[in-house]
Amino acid sequence: MKIIVLMKQVANKDAILRINKEATWIEEGDLSFEVNESDGYALEEALRIKEKVGSGEVIVCSMGPQRVKSVIKDALARGADRAIHIVGDNLQHLSPFAAATILSDAIREENVDLILTGLQSDDYGYAQTGVIAAELLGLPHATIVIEVDAAGEKLRVKRELESGWYQWYEMTKPALLTIQSGISQIRYATLKGIMAAKKKEIKEVTPSAEAAARPSHQRIEKIYFPQKTKQTQFLGNGDAKKGAVELAEKLRTEARII
Amino acid sequence: MSNGILVFAEHRDGALNKTSFEAIAAAQNLGSQLAQTVTAVILGSGANNLAQEIAAFDVARVVYAENEKLAVYTPDGYTDAMERVVRELDPQYVVMPHTYLVRDFAPKLAARFGKGLISDCVRAEVAEGRATFTRRIFLGKIDADVISDGEPPVFVTFQSGAYRGDQAAKGSGAQVDTMSVEVGEIRMKPEAPFQEVKQAVDLTKADVIVAVGRGIKSKENIALAEKLAEALGGDLAASRPICDAEWLPIDRQIGSSGQTVAPKLYIALGISGAIQHLVGMKNAGIIVAINKDAEAPIFDIADYGIVGDLFEAVPVLTEEIKKLKG
Repeated sequence: MKIIVLMKQVANKDAILRINKEATWIEEGDLSFEVNESDGYALEEALRIKEKVGSGEVIVCSMGPQRVKSVIKDALARGADRAIHIVGDNLQHLSPFAAATILSDAIREENVDLILTGLQSDDYGYAQTGVIAAELLGLPHATIVIEVDAAGEKLRVKRELESGWYQWYEMTKPALLTIQSGISQIRYATLKGIMAAKKKEIKEVTPSAEAAARPSHQRIEKIYFPQKTKQTQFLGNGDAKKGAVELAEKLRTEARII
Repeated sequence: MSNGILVFAEHRDGALNKTSFEAIAAAQNLGSQLAQTVTAVILGSGANNLAQEIAAFDVARVVYAENEKLAVYTPDGYTDAMERVVRELDPQYVVMPHTYLVRDFAPKLAARFGKGLISDCVRAEVAEGRATFTRRIFLGKIDADVISDGEPPVFVTFQSGAYRGDQAAKGSGAQVDTMSVEVGEIRMKPEAPFQEVKQAVDLTKADVIVAVGRGIKSKENIALAEKLAEALGGDLAASRPICDAEWLPIDRQIGSSGQTVAPKLYIALGISGAIQHLVGMKNAGIIVAINKDAEAPIFDIADYGIVGDLFEAVPVLTEEIKKLKG
């Protein structure tokens, strides 16, 4: 079983975001980065499938500047066998179609059985790159997958639908699956894993100039903090305990809940 | 020359989804601003009655694309069918609701036209004949105004609740055209949808809900929230990460993959307010948020907010409520 996991590096979830001067993106200078949450679960699922099948290879593919190496090295330390790093400074800002084009070009020759990725990124949140890559590679896909049974000849996947409904799909292999967050407990990298990762291959590739210059079809004009739909009364003025006392009083006198 | 707006209507179990009405409202709004006509499309097999139902709305016409392979949803079937409809009608915009079903096939559809979707938009505004779409990025913390600078068709999806379904205008009965569409090989076989074990907890009837998120930090700390819920005579609930970590059972999860609630009082403790959570609780009467991050999106919809440490605020709040009730 040969599996590729597409992983993206995004701003740390708890980071305080600041908007840049041009109002086109956030200030990245002093930001810390981490792996996109659902991509981490996609890697975990790939490692579990390989262990269950008993043989195979898990290849990590990520795209972006050199800082992306920290996501790749972490994945190798957790148990991925090798990695492909598509290197470029502005690749993280590509449209989903351009990103999927470059990703599928980089992995096409690998002829894998499965491609896993997260269901959406925590920064742009397009929720499309995986599905578009499947189309470009001519593969069937399933999205928002929460369980994978890849041991048989056919693939069986459990998809999450809305409002607490689920559905099993049977699919042909190879296929691409987008994985939902939280479907398993993600393993930690062991010291042994971290040492072993140092010897694992990270192949660097550069996207073709025309692929990187593809028209985006969608362009951000400006970004800004959302306007509040409600006038929030902030209580306590930074003092949480004082805020709590005021809140109890408001709930009684204004909201009349108590 | 591409013209008009094509709106995709979704249905399940023989009924139109309410998000379909929201999409129709979105398309009508865009249509009136751009002075373009709206055509609705519905895919299926034996779904003519649903096409007739859509015809009651103020649309120029309804296209009912039929093929027996469309009787149950598959991404392969829906993509093939929609591709044919879009090529035939040559619209400038294709408007869809941002549902799990649309998320599953629409990127594949857009890819057939060499592009992606402008996805999960919360509003659209037109100035000088050009539409600007606003979408949420960074899990709802920031808004981005986006324009399409490519060739039509432009594929747009709107977030649930961005438009009100009951504001979709009714018309005088649009014409329904049945189009039999070709659909290629279907590579996936869906089984019947099902629900996990019956929900043991029905939060939809709760008057007061105290919900915890990542900020609660550990399973042991949930006791704090439980005491507050007890003092208020309310129920305990959680955002997705808490149920994923199995700190609380899944039947206490609020949001797009859990329950949708509208209690009189909703207290969000350490919940940042990702869209997936907000859609499950934004219709609550009074929303209270306690969070250490002043920029957390939960404050956008909160009536009362405390920016600070919930571990300081919650025990005091619980005591104060007991006193007031006592």
